[in-house]
Amino acid sequence: MIDRIPSGFHPFVLPFLAGMIFVLSYCVYGIIKILVQLPGEDRRRFYLSLVTPKTVLKNIRDIFCDCLFHVKLWKRNRLLGYMHSSIAFGWFMLIVLGHVEVILFLPHRIRLFYYPIFFNYFVAETDSTIQGSLLFFLMDFFLLVVLSGIVLAMVKRVRSRLFGMRRTARPSLTNQIGLYCLWAIFPLRLLAESFTAHISGGSFLTVPANWVFRQFLGNDLNMLPTWWAYSIVLGVFMVVLPFSRYMHIPAEMMLIPMRNAGLKIRNARKGFARVQVYSCPNCGVCIDACPMSVNKANIKDCTVYLTRQLRRGNERRITEISDKCLLCGKCQAVCQVGVDGPGIRILNRAERNYALKPDYSSIDGTAIGRASAGGRVAYYGGCMTQLVPSIGRSVTSLLEKAGIDYRWIDRDGGICCGRPMWTAGRLKEAEEIVRKNEELIRATGAVTLVVSCPICYRMFRESYHLPDIEVVHYVPYIQALIAEGKLQVEHDDICYAYHDPCELGRGCQLYEEPRQLLSQVVRLSEAEKNRAESVCCGGSLGSLSLSFAQRENMTRAALENLYHSKADAIATACPLCQATFSRYADRPVRDIAEIVDLHAKANKQNKQAI
Amino acid sequence: MMDFGFKLSKSATIDLDRAGTERYEKLCALSPDARTCMACGSCSATCTAASFSGMSVRKVILGLQRGQDVRPLLSACMLCGKCTLVCPRGINTRRLILNLSKSYD
Repeated sequence: MIDRIPSGFHPFVLPFLAGMIFVLSYCVYGIIKILVQLPGEDRRRFYLSLVTPKTVLKNIRDIFCDCLFHVKLWKRNRLLGYMHSSIAFGWFMLIVLGHVEVILFLPHRIRLFYYPIFFNYFVAETDSTIQGSLLFFLMDFFLLVVLSGIVLAMVKRVRSRLFGMRRTARPSLTNQIGLYCLWAIFPLRLLAESFTAHISGGSFLTVPANWVFRQFLGNDLNMLPTWWAYSIVLGVFMVVLPFSRYMHIPAEMMLIPMRNAGLKIRNARKGFARVQVYSCPNCGVCIDACPMSVNKANIKDCTVYLTRQLRRGNERRITEISDKCLLCGKCQAVCQVGVDGPGIRILNRAERNYALKPDYSSIDGTAIGRASAGGRVAYYGGCMTQLVPSIGRSVTSLLEKAGIDYRWIDRDGGICCGRPMWTAGRLKEAEEIVRKNEELIRATGAVTLVVSCPICYRMFRESYHLPDIEVVHYVPYIQALIAEGKLQVEHDDICYAYHDPCELGRGCQLYEEPRQLLSQVVRLSEAEKNRAESVCCGGSLGSLSLSFAQRENMTRAALENLYHSKADAIATACPLCQATFSRYADRPVRDIAEIVDLHAKANKQNKQAI
Repeated sequence: MMDFGFKLSKSATIDLDRAGTERYEKLCALSPDARTCMACGSCSATCTAASFSGMSVRKVILGLQRGQDVRPLLSACMLCGKCTLVCPRGINTRRLILNLSKSYD
């Protein structure tokens, strides 16, 4: 293998060089800007994680699995997974092998960073070795892999349903330019390499193509236009990259280490939030997932459009999209990048200023708490349980049957857990409510706090500081009571479909416990979409602007998903879900506590104890 | 003074000719559903903050229509959303309260 062009340069590399220099400097500028925007504590934490071997290994693994192999997409749909990983991994391998070729054959040229990209133009094959043929074979093989991915991408544009996607995001202008450039890059590379294959050598793809082209385009001068075209398209792609969805390629490599470092979004527009926004690949998986998308008018309120508007700085739409969301968290659960749509929305809500601030100083948490002191176990129903009293009755009935010494600390009204205030973006006010409630709960003197509302439970887990008190949702608590033999349950043949409440499932990762508990007393069948992909009931307090009329379609769609299981009744573990479903359901909707209570009886020993 | 078991209370007359309803109109512009309130009192019955500041959306709307200062009522609102869920008119009360809180500047 020898250098065909002694100077090692040809003007056609210039468009590529310009594009590459532009995109690299843009990325360096972006990284510095984001690091500066991070709060000092987060920055230190991030740097520390970059020198911690365990995190570094995790970063490398995640970057390979998520960015190159797209493991999450494979799990969603094989065709979709193959399409993305073939383009990403194939392109990555072409770049890596290009460098290997230069290092092996022309080590003195490695400083010219366009060489690995345009290697075939600059070399002439003098002899053929196994090593060389293997490299050429691999180059052609990975080019074929990428091309197959490109063909699939073209098919997906017209038939996205084949890839398991009903709707895809509408591409913006820059996204379209980027897309067409990406589609053109690899066919042009094949053409360019084919035109030079009789000089530089090639393999199973480029050599036969070269033979065909030389039948009618015999002149060697014909090779230049294709190399120019290849370089120009690469250059254009690099220039539009920062302004299109393809920015997700560099941004995701920043997002993964930041997430592994344990950073949280602290500002709606800066630092980590910015990385998340740029990491959104605009694939539109969140559109089908979003419960709001059953209303055609709400399709543009999904996370993919939020990130787009955040990049454009369209304040009117940002406010609108942020306020409308139910915060069910499904977009984050299905997102292969893991963009925290709900988190970004809450912080965008928090940007607003409210002239009238609430004042909770008159609330005496300790006094309220003392009034219900005495039990080792405190039961906190929460506001929503008060609206669905049957849940409170069932939970307390179960506690009584098990002979537990408990107090219902908010039977006659208490303090809200603070989560509704938090999701409305009024974080300081929510903190104040939390502090009051902490006082209240400490004053009860209980060691265990049983909660029956997942909304409260999530807030207790995430924002409360109650070091000596164990906070449990009633599902694991009742499970433990049954396991200890304090409660005896009978099995019935009624079939229930279990609806995973957003806050309990995606919010607190309790998926299996409710199912285990339910299957001890009844037959269980699964909804079409369940666990992390369960459909929000539409009643969520997360949305600030959705009206009842708009929510109705969402509730009906969530019910259809549950009817799919052909169950006799619906079980859930959230008072809000139950209240919402009961409005439109054609079959009974019951809380797990009610179902278990119907099938539970007290152990004789417990009765004696009471 | 002798305790007769009753006393003269302050006049509760509201002069609707003099009551300023600008704030109510301002609120209705932001949350038009405020006008559909029929003062049924479902929100009063469920309000978490009622025991702390006498809050209820019904009272807030009524107070605004009478040109009264409703800020003391709102001060203990925790935005828990029970009033939204029980409202038979489907008023988005949480949005109403947020809009009202924003309007005091």
